[in-house]
Amino acid sequence: MLKVVHYINQFFANIGGEEMAHVPAELREGVVGPGLAFQQAFGGEAEIVATIVCGDSYFNENLEKAKTEIIEMVKKQNPDLFIAGPAFNAGRYGVACGTIAQAVKEELGIPVLTGMYVENPGADMFKNSLYIVSTKNSAAGMKDAVKKMAPLALKLANKENIGASAEEGYMPNGVRKNFFDQERGSKRAVNMLLNKLSGKEYVTEFPMPDFDRVAPNPAVKDVRKATIALVTSGGIVPKGNPDHIESSSASKYGKYDIEGVMDLTEETFATAHGGYDPVYANIDPDRVLPVDVLRDLEKEGKIGKLHRYFYTTVGNGTAVKNAKGFAEKFAQELKADGVDAVILTST
Amino acid sequence: MKLELGYVFIKDIQFAEQSKVENGTLYVNKEEVKALILEDQNFKSADVELARPGESIRIMPVKDVIEPRVKVDGPGGIFPGMVSKVETVGSGRTNVLKGAAVVTTGKIVGFQEGIIDMTGTGAEYTPFSKLNNLVVVCEPVDGLKQHEHEKALRFAGYKVAMYLGQLAKSLTPDEVHTYETPNLVEGLKLYPELPRVAYVLMLQSQGLMHDTYVYGVDAKQTLTTMLYPTEIMDGAIVSGNCVSACDKNTTYHHLNNPVIHDLFEEHGKTLNFVGVIITNENVYLADKERSSNWSAKLAELLGVDGVIISQEGFGNPDTDLIMNCKKIEAKGIKTVIITDEYAGRDGSSQSLADADASADAVVTGGNANEVIELPPMDKIIGYAEVADIIAGGFDGSLHADGSITAELQVITGATNEMGFNKLSAR
Amino acid sequence: MVKEIERAGIPVVHMCTVVPISLTVGANRIVPTIAIPHPLGNPALTMAEEKVIRRALVERALKALETEVSEQTVFEK
Repeated sequence: MLKVVHYINQFFANIGGEEMAHVPAELREGVVGPGLAFQQAFGGEAEIVATIVCGDSYFNENLEKAKTEIIEMVKKQNPDLFIAGPAFNAGRYGVACGTIAQAVKEELGIPVLTGMYVENPGADMFKNSLYIVSTKNSAAGMKDAVKKMAPLALKLANKENIGASAEEGYMPNGVRKNFFDQERGSKRAVNMLLNKLSGKEYVTEFPMPDFDRVAPNPAVKDVRKATIALVTSGGIVPKGNPDHIESSSASKYGKYDIEGVMDLTEETFATAHGGYDPVYANIDPDRVLPVDVLRDLEKEGKIGKLHRYFYTTVGNGTAVKNAKGFAEKFAQELKADGVDAVILTST
Repeated sequence: MKLELGYVFIKDIQFAEQSKVENGTLYVNKEEVKALILEDQNFKSADVELARPGESIRIMPVKDVIEPRVKVDGPGGIFPGMVSKVETVGSGRTNVLKGAAVVTTGKIVGFQEGIIDMTGTGAEYTPFSKLNNLVVVCEPVDGLKQHEHEKALRFAGYKVAMYLGQLAKSLTPDEVHTYETPNLVEGLKLYPELPRVAYVLMLQSQGLMHDTYVYGVDAKQTLTTMLYPTEIMDGAIVSGNCVSACDKNTTYHHLNNPVIHDLFEEHGKTLNFVGVIITNENVYLADKERSSNWSAKLAELLGVDGVIISQEGFGNPDTDLIMNCKKIEAKGIKTVIITDEYAGRDGSSQSLADADASADAVVTGGNANEVIELPPMDKIIGYAEVADIIAGGFDGSLHADGSITAELQVITGATNEMGFNKLSAR
Repeated sequence: MVKEIERAGIPVVHMCTVVPISLTVGANRIVPTIAIPHPLGNPALTMAEEKVIRRALVERALKALETEVSEQTVFEK
């Protein structure tokens, strides 16, 4: 039988409302308050061995102390799972649930689960790091919350594979996960359009992201004295692709020496990119990475110098996060090598 | 325009002396099919194999999948402008071998070809595991250029599909479905109360290996235009592309376009489906601007209230998708877009290359980067060793026991952006 | 990638065909190029003619690097 420790506040332990929010953390054996509903929903697979009750003000005003005390209590129980809440729309309770669940997860390494209303400030703070089940905004939604939380709790405790948020009922956490929906995509699209047309509610399956911005750097004062480096996402590599950069969804980048190379030719370079017609780039790779022109400009003194290495990857289906990681690494190298400016070409 | 589709259900496929359809079984004379393929001197050899649902078979690299159809009544023939004469199709009667398909494979043409598994994990993701497939393995003569190879293989597929389709010409179908699109004036009179909806179908047209053909015309040389939905059911649009397997529209997808079928399903009940706007995804920015301007303009001209936009491929076509969406929304027309995602193997990265706040109703076919494990199969039709180089594969994708670890990208049709599948992501 | 290079403190110019993507992802200095499969070439021309165009685009990129910008700027000329 799986062992569960449950965390609730003073209100759900029937100690009192706001006037009793100062009560310190205490451990009670077995089920208290909403734990009963969980216990029933677990259907004999799991048992709440202890309940930790803590006042919301006490937790938030004595954060470090409360965390340490509670973690000690949880540790002694050696549970398979830690559940906090659900907190519904109670702000301080939600933040406490998120904070303590996060701490238990990090410090004790056991699976944790909490639940709250989507507008609870604790949701925004913790939804990307914890599984938070989306609940209604008041305790009247307890039955519904338990119905969603209990099965997910068992999955977590059993370390089973967790499905997509839409299936499991947790708040979208920024990690996209595939699942098989009830209807095919085209039918979902028709239904979504009908709702949109009639002014009914519809939920997009992919909310548009916000892209962050970086302020531009000051201009190069005099390119005639500058070292310019070439970088490309067009996949130009020495012929034969020595580092086996993938044609799509690249997991690595290449750094290649072009000292003495005056011109990229069909015999020596090619593209590894699988997302565009490679013929043109293969016949003359300068069409993607203009080494020939930069050499001319270098000779004529119009640029200081072309940097000895170029950096390359395939931008085709490559996760933005990967590309970002590559660039974080080689940008430091470029800086250390005294590169003044970069020309980045994309296909 | 009115078309009747007569479905002849195929439950099994067998080799036989004589090609025919009998009691739901498609019998195929192997030698006749081979001879048909070898009419093209670009091929030095050809083989024909069968792959049925549930069999331990992996087909790779898959180039195209085509459903056998035949015109029984009405003008023109299947694949007008490509194989048949360039007659306007989409009316009369067309018979379909429902449950059967021709799959083309052979030496790899480009990076972006896929895998069809007939059983196991991979089979859950591809719709083609549910079909009785006639797989044609075509080997090009030495030194055949990539583009010529692609073209030869494309035509081999059509020819074989038409040969099989011919077998259904005089059969009585098991089911007949009727699809009719009235002209604009009649449509308005018939359904004055219903919202008017068009479908914006984006066609991959990025290059010699990334093309779609409309009545034989390379889509990258077309302006955004309109078709009756039923023209597409007769093969007005065919695939000639090697974009990533998971989200390229095979010829089978075009013939069975799910958006068209699901809009017809609601036609006259909750909406008035007025027609299809086809637009391309070219590599020049000016083309992208022009084509999306024209989609918006045609949507406006049709006086529609809403559109569904489906994408093909990913990366820079995300821009075409967003341009279409943004410009159509700007005309006061409501949009829903269908796409798929490249959110990284762990799902935590940016899903699309482009974005706009007006794209507030998105249907996703899933994250193509998610890693899947494909068990070994008893039989491989084609070449397993390309697993490491096709889009979605990586060094070490193919294991010694024949199993494959790769991104979902490798599976033909897995994250289709016409919304062919139930797969989604959150 | 362009943003990470900028973040590291190196001025960077993005030469690309699909300017809208570059704008969406946040490049600050952008030079539009010819076409996706050949951003800095045009196979319809002779190699010598192509190189002239390529050089003009690269010179425009250098000019962009020498130009102070306060927001995302597309160098059309």
